[in-house]
Amino acid sequence: MPGELVRFTEVTKSFGPVRALDGVDLSIAPGECLGLVGHNGAGKSTLINLLTGALTPTSGSMQVAGSPGSVHDPRAARRLGIRCVFQELSLCPNLTVAENIRLVHPVLRGWNWSKRAAALIRTSLDTVFPGHCIRAGATVSSLSLTERQMVEIARAFTTTDVAPRLVILDEPTSSLDASTASQLLAHIRRMTQQGCSVLLVTHMLHEVLESADRIAVMSDGRVVGCDPADAHDRDSLVALMSGGTHRASVARLAADRRTGSSPVLEVRAQAGLKAGESLVANEGEVIGLGGLAGHGQTEFLVDLFSARTMAIVAGDRKRDGVFPLWSIRENISVGAYRKHLRHGLLDLASEQASAEDWRGRMKIRAPDMDNPILSLSGGNQQKALFARALDSDARIILMDDPMRGVDVQTKQDVYAMIRAQAAAGRTFLWYTTEMDELYECDRVYVFREGRIMAALGPNEITEERVLQASF
Amino acid sequence: MHRLDARLLLPVATFVILLGAIFWLQPRTMSYFGLNLMLNLAVPLALATLAQMMFLTINDLDLSIGSFVGLVACITATWLHDRPWLGVLALLGCIASYAAVGALVQWRQLPSIVVTLGMSFVWLGLAILLLPSPGGNAPDWLATFVGYHMPLVPLPIVACVVIGLFTHALMMRTSFGVVLRGMGGFARAVERAGWSALRARMTLYALAGCFGVLSGLALVGLTTSADANIAQRYTLLSVAASILGGCSFFGGRIAPIGTVIGALTLALASSALTFLHLGADWQVGAQGAILIAVLALRALTAREREA
Amino acid sequence: MNRAAAPLRWLVRQPWSWSFAAAILVWLVAAVAAGQGAGGALTAALAFGTFTMIVGLGQMVVVTLGPGNVDLSIPSTIALAGVIAMKLMDGSNGGIVPGILAALAAGAAVGLANAGLVFLLRIPPIVATLSASFIVQSVAIEVGGGMLVKPPPALAWFSTAAPLGLPLAAFVALALSLLVKLVLARTIFGRTVSAIGQNRRAARLAGLQVNRVAVATYALSGVLSAVCGVLLASFSGGASLDMGVEYLLSSIAVVVIGGTSVNGGRASPAGVWGAALFLFLLVSMLNTLGFGAGTRMVLTGLVIIGVITAAGGERAA
Repeated sequence: MPGELVRFTEVTKSFGPVRALDGVDLSIAPGECLGLVGHNGAGKSTLINLLTGALTPTSGSMQVAGSPGSVHDPRAARRLGIRCVFQELSLCPNLTVAENIRLVHPVLRGWNWSKRAAALIRTSLDTVFPGHCIRAGATVSSLSLTERQMVEIARAFTTTDVAPRLVILDEPTSSLDASTASQLLAHIRRMTQQGCSVLLVTHMLHEVLESADRIAVMSDGRVVGCDPADAHDRDSLVALMSGGTHRASVARLAADRRTGSSPVLEVRAQAGLKAGESLVANEGEVIGLGGLAGHGQTEFLVDLFSARTMAIVAGDRKRDGVFPLWSIRENISVGAYRKHLRHGLLDLASEQASAEDWRGRMKIRAPDMDNPILSLSGGNQQKALFARALDSDARIILMDDPMRGVDVQTKQDVYAMIRAQAAAGRTFLWYTTEMDELYECDRVYVFREGRIMAALGPNEITEERVLQASF
Repeated sequence: MHRLDARLLLPVATFVILLGAIFWLQPRTMSYFGLNLMLNLAVPLALATLAQMMFLTINDLDLSIGSFVGLVACITATWLHDRPWLGVLALLGCIASYAAVGALVQWRQLPSIVVTLGMSFVWLGLAILLLPSPGGNAPDWLATFVGYHMPLVPLPIVACVVIGLFTHALMMRTSFGVVLRGMGGFARAVERAGWSALRARMTLYALAGCFGVLSGLALVGLTTSADANIAQRYTLLSVAASILGGCSFFGGRIAPIGTVIGALTLALASSALTFLHLGADWQVGAQGAILIAVLALRALTAREREA
Repeated sequence: MNRAAAPLRWLVRQPWSWSFAAAILVWLVAAVAAGQGAGGALTAALAFGTFTMIVGLGQMVVVTLGPGNVDLSIPSTIALAGVIAMKLMDGSNGGIVPGILAALAAGAAVGLANAGLVFLLRIPPIVATLSASFIVQSVAIEVGGGMLVKPPPALAWFSTAAPLGLPLAAFVALALSLLVKLVLARTIFGRTVSAIGQNRRAARLAGLQVNRVAVATYALSGVLSAVCGVLLASFSGGASLDMGVEYLLSSIAVVVIGGTSVNGGRASPAGVWGAALFLFLLVSMLNTLGFGAGTRMVLTGLVIIGVITAAGGERAA
């Protein structure tokens, strides 16, 4: 059909017995921004991998620019002008920014290639993120996560031999702060006006509502709805994603509970704090650490962490949390070995019983807790990491933005668990980049450039005040 | 654009201090012939170390480079001397085998240290089959070339500079080197951009084979005869020298110029210890101590730079 | 349960099964080729393999700490421990206990020194242990003083006796293997080693004693090298300075052929046994078949590569 850049017809993709895509119909028009939302495991990543040529469909037809079967490998996808910004970034940390540009542009070779590469990325960065301060000659490992994501995004919009016709952005704002994120959204609008299509995959519903022309909702390997963005609001999207079982948003916590409980943690004049200021956490409190992404909150938690009294729930699962060779059971029990010791040896039966207990409490979707942790979906791995922290006897639980990329249902389950645990006397320090989650907290400290800029009491947590302190 | 890394500072400083110490202990070394004598054997070591660096580029380790250089030496001193075309063919075959090992490692996702451990037996065995006892003769052209007396500057110094700059240009400056190093930094990302990991690993292994062959040729040219075990020490020395020179075991971080200087430093260290009149028993130990001191210094300065 | 339903599938999935299969295959070939003496070959393999097994266990735990971790000081530690033990025992049975204790202490000291270089000075383990081994080698030369001291009679008997074709020393290796297996699977130390090998940062953030355990791991390797040194010196009638040389490569080879992951996190003590037997039987098979030294080495190398290729790099966890 003319006038369509991409057309999926009844596309399926199976991995062994697992159907990742179960008959997907989808189209993207030139110059359109299509939003794609859905739970973890709904099939979004598989869809992306088909478009970039990393996978080929099991059945069904996939037409790009009118020709079927043309995206059979990454190079073919590139020749058709398909670019992708992956959620986990794909820059080589040992290379410079310019050298990373060279990797995706085969024509950047021969004499003077490095000058041309540097000019290319500098122009693109200036266009997408005006006011950035990233040098083309900087080694990527010396850049912050936010800067890396900016480079990654800017790289997707560079043009040498083939102009980008479809740019896929997979959770592009996960490490960006509000101002760079809005720069990106503005750039998306500019690009679509110039005729380039954008596929925006994100959990940030307000972003798709704001930027996309149409929004496709995926659930269980199918596209369950694809309507103009105007026809949707937050609640309707959530309802579609969760198949109609969407619960009303959680009521804010009562502000009057836990007054007069004793402080369990007081951090004073540490590197992260202004002199004379301190972060205080009382028993049974949920303390939010807010602010823009990458303003020192993770480092603050990691520095604060001490094995004796605390447990940490990692946000970056691969880097900070999961032990990939171990079963779910072993991944949970690692936080609480002392409980399972009998005569100096670990009691496997006790370890097993505890894992089973957590499977029920956290609703971990696994047939057997002895299965490898990597057999779980991302959200369920995250639940196992929560179970690990809660299973320990730590009185203070640190959370490093643990809900990144987690689906709505899991979030609701975990919020409930946190409230129950706090009521039982545990203290939570919760770094999050989502405003909705700060509303779940009793008090909030807002970070900027590694320092606490504001301490908000129970009645002061509003988006306005958090944003005010963040900028 | 590529400023020479600050990591280069330490290998250079170590080298200069060591050289200064030798000059001070034994002023007679401060001459054309003294330098020639001391640095002669650094050339084959530098070449073997660059071979090791090719493996480090893609986060692999070559435990067979010493045996390989030994085999090349044996081929050079026998076939290349007696029947040059057969020798050339055999040496090309050696390089091709290296590429094949790379293909095997990539194809089956094998740990390089085990495969090269196995290959070290293969190379050594072949060398023993070819030359059961020390002997053979260096081809005349090779001995002439290696023994050439450059005006003003001794050949080993010129050779090291040329080798270092060439490898730096190849790996750090060309767009081809970027892809190879990228494979060591984040292979999946480079593959996603459409490059073949198989081809990259085979290329790097073949490059390592080339440097190994050059190392064997240089060694035979200097010693004029060969022995299967002639270069066994190179395996571990090449690892030590490349780390000394600023390469890293992970992440595709390499430093060709530093690597050559690292090899020179290790070669000089034994001379320095001889001039110190250290008891033979303690020479090995002192070499270990020097290595530890330099690497500790590097680790400490690196940590400061991070902070 | 899976195990009862499909024992064969379970067996194939075990990391150590390949090394045992290879050992049995080589043993059968040797037995058929030689026509006789299969029992003798096994006895010899157990006797010689024991030393490789013991140092292999230490190397295995170190390798399990994660990529880059390896102990190259094993040969010189073997020499140092052997020399110290023989010198202190001075050929008399009365000196056995202090001799062994001193040797073990020396091994532990080398291990701790290695750990200091690796973790305090942040030197990559491969060069740190290599450099340390140079120093240890010099110390061993100094201690040994060039004299060959015979082992005490009791120790010499113990290390060579093989009632019913089963060398006593092999029982030491067996006991050590079982102990290491138990420690790895069922103690906090063992789980911590595996956790560090998989993800050091995550291990620290899970509240594990990362540094202490990593240091202890290197010390353990040093102690096991010392045990090997004492047994080897007793077995071969005195300590020589180069008696450990062959264990540099073979300790690494048995670890990897045995199915321990070189990427860390997964150890396979049983596999060390299989691999040690396999390597020794392979050499003796090639000997029996009448191959010269060169051919023997080429074939050994090819078989090592063949085994690792057949077993596959990324084996199921």
